[in-house]
Amino acid sequence: MKHVLTATVAAVVLLSACSDKPQEMGGGVRQDTAAFNGTQTPFVASGWKQGDKTSWEQQLRVRTQIGQNEYSKAK
Amino acid sequence: MARMKFICDAERCIECNGCVTACKAEHEVPWGVNRRRVVTLNDGVPGERSISVACMHCSDAPCMAVCPVNCFYRTEEGVVLHDKDVCIGCGYCSYACPFGAPQFPSVGTFGVRGKMDKCTFCAGGPEANGSDAEFEKYGRNRLAEGKLPICAEMCSTKALLGGDGDVVADIFRNRVLQRGKGAEVWGWGTAYGSRQAGQPPAGTMQPPQPPAAAGAKS
Repeated sequence: MKHVLTATVAAVVLLSACSDKPQEMGGGVRQDTAAFNGTQTPFVASGWKQGDKTSWEQQLRVRTQIGQNEYSKAK
Repeated sequence: MARMKFICDAERCIECNGCVTACKAEHEVPWGVNRRRVVTLNDGVPGERSISVACMHCSDAPCMAVCPVNCFYRTEEGVVLHDKDVCIGCGYCSYACPFGAPQFPSVGTFGVRGKMDKCTFCAGGPEANGSDAEFEKYGRNRLAEGKLPICAEMCSTKALLGGDGDVVADIFRNRVLQRGKGAEVWGWGTAYGSRQAGQPPAGTMQPPQPPAAAGAKS
């Protein structure tokens, strides 16, 4: 009985090497922090509050109009 | 906010390559890699047109579809980014991209091409916003600084517009109305014209009506 038990344990240990290891990529691609959260440094454009999504969106809207719409300057 | 988009106004682009230079300088892009290029159609022929081309951050991005390691992701603002820690530099995205955006530096481990590099809409990558690691791999994260892509902001003739799709489309629309011509937006149909870009699902559209029988003889 003891020999049978030992043989079984030995077989389980030896055959475990034949199994596949999981090959997932560690949870997939990492997700980015949203841009409206800012860089948490003072070296950003002025006029908006870091972490405030509405403020960030408004900042980009204003910046687009000022920087890229020359018709708004001509008025 | 809608989603981030680029518009290149072919009526205005003068092929100065300011956008290319600004991009390379801002992100310290390695030698041999151009995230943005200026393409001239019918060069030297009267009526030639130049277009500034980079990743358009497509609504239904083919690079995302073909990537075998799934290294791409899309931000909430619609910017298509990738994780260089996952990219294996296989080049499938390069074959799939209709704009030739993916670039491969020749500094790979075995003397072959390295990990893919492309325009990030100045939104960095998955590393912490504004970190050194992010800058080293992807360049500056201007969106997180409350700014817009440097190529669009540097464009001297304002041919290249970049930002919230609704806002830049409105600027372009106003411009076309003022000058009365040049309404074609190169690449928009390819980049944003898919069903995912806001068009109604198949089968929900009304069938086309037959043309009016004006002038038809009875």
